[in-house]
Amino acid sequence: MGWLTDPFRYAFMQHALLAAVLIGVTCAVLGVYVVQRRMAFVGDAMAHTTLPGLVIAHLWGWSLSLGGLAAAVVTAVAIAWVSRRQQVKEDTAIGVVFTGMFAVGVLLMSRAGSFRDLSHMLFGNVLGVTTQDLYLIAGVTAVVLLTLWLFHKELELTSYDPTHAEVIGLRASLMRLLLLGLLALAVVTGIQAVGVILTNALLVTPAAAAGLLTTSFPRRMLLAAVLSTVCATVGLVASYLLKASSGASIVLACTAAFALAGVVAQVGRRFRPPDLGD
Amino acid sequence: MSDPRFPYSRGRHADPVPDAPALATDRLSVCYPGTDRVALRNVSVRAGRGSRVALVGPNGAGKSTLLKAAAGLLPVAAGGIRIYGNPVGACHHRVAYLPQRGDIDWTFPIPVSRFVLAGRYVHLGWFRRPEASDRAIVTAVLARLGLAALADRQIGRLSGGQQQRALLARALAQEADLLLLDEPLNAVDAETKDIIYAVMADLRAEGKTLVVATHDLGRLTRAFDTIIHLQNGLLVQPPGNDARDTLVNEEAVWAG
Repeated sequence: MGWLTDPFRYAFMQHALLAAVLIGVTCAVLGVYVVQRRMAFVGDAMAHTTLPGLVIAHLWGWSLSLGGLAAAVVTAVAIAWVSRRQQVKEDTAIGVVFTGMFAVGVLLMSRAGSFRDLSHMLFGNVLGVTTQDLYLIAGVTAVVLLTLWLFHKELELTSYDPTHAEVIGLRASLMRLLLLGLLALAVVTGIQAVGVILTNALLVTPAAAAGLLTTSFPRRMLLAAVLSTVCATVGLVASYLLKASSGASIVLACTAAFALAGVVAQVGRRFRPPDLGD
Repeated sequence: MSDPRFPYSRGRHADPVPDAPALATDRLSVCYPGTDRVALRNVSVRAGRGSRVALVGPNGAGKSTLLKAAAGLLPVAAGGIRIYGNPVGACHHRVAYLPQRGDIDWTFPIPVSRFVLAGRYVHLGWFRRPEASDRAIVTAVLARLGLAALADRQIGRLSGGQQQRALLARALAQEADLLLLDEPLNAVDAETKDIIYAVMADLRAEGKTLVVATHDLGRLTRAFDTIIHLQNGLLVQPPGNDARDTLVNEEAVWAG
């Protein structure tokens, strides 16, 4: 087991592991909603639209996290606002806005000098998290998990039957806005781990893998969190041993977990006695 | 059962106005969502307390629109709706609405029992979790609709008729006084049809008010007190001169 524990002799690796696990769990649990409500595209868009916020914060010497958060919150509100009206289809509007915002970010990047910092934005740098970053990440994890717990029955109901929610006076659009807000928070921390381009993998892949293995909603959340923790650890160790990008390693570990879940689900289906109904 | 501490819809709880009918519309007009196209024009109907009213008519006649407007899902373009004498939304817990099956994401990973439990949410409001009494109501309702053995099954793995019964079970779990049922008998098996008719008879005995949009004309005469015919968004006199005419009584006020 030395190969597994050795890398974590270093403080920066311990910080990185803690950050990656917290971020992974937050994104995976929220991701179960993202996958079930078919919001994967929204998550991807939100990650990409944070780029101009990150670059501007970098240029002006502000906190990158706050810059990214500001851009993500603006995106969340914009998406909620756009989806109220039906003239432009929601995915079309998101497609137009997010590519535009990302292009602004790329243009701003080309005016900024150091590409090294900016490559961290695109591909993440979990090895560089500071103690301050860790506090922020832990705070986001607490807020997201607590909110999901407090509003579980409302988020669940508006996910499968917004009509019934409206009939009993619960506004589905309000719950959607809440979910978009949580998504903005999770995305901003996800960027620290795996960067703008790969953040969506943390939201979608563990949740999708869990979805292959269980049809119970709470168990899906738990399983996604466990898978994400394992993948964050495996990915970090692999990146240390192979001297490869930590973000890409974590994402590939998630992809492998998804493939494995697919195989397990397939095999399980073959050996389970047929469902004869009632 | 106590009132929710933090209701979903704040400060609009109202008691029924004495002697007001369960549902009354007054020259009601409603548009299709997001358009100026009129789906329902100048319709005045009345469902007295404890009555069973059928809304019949071809597709696009306005049956669903009338129910949706009464459930607060569609805005009123002109005229008015009163529920127990109050505006729509003044007493959410008193009105249950059964949507058409297609409005629901049946792939969602919850079991039938949890789906039916959502009928209790209006009594819980924010932050309160379902209690043993809520679960007892769900168990009783599932048994009544022949779903007890399927309580743990994921909702997508039910047959169409079973899904329809699950929807009715949720509406019953709400313990509402006025039930608005949109096509509960559409494309269901004979067993489901029998169960739904039996439940409707029980509801009648309990003094509940039922307003049902239906295509199922075959048993209308037995199951309903009043039949309201709609066509192209207008109230119409019933076609032909058969036994059903005699069932149209003072509870339906025809628009002039």
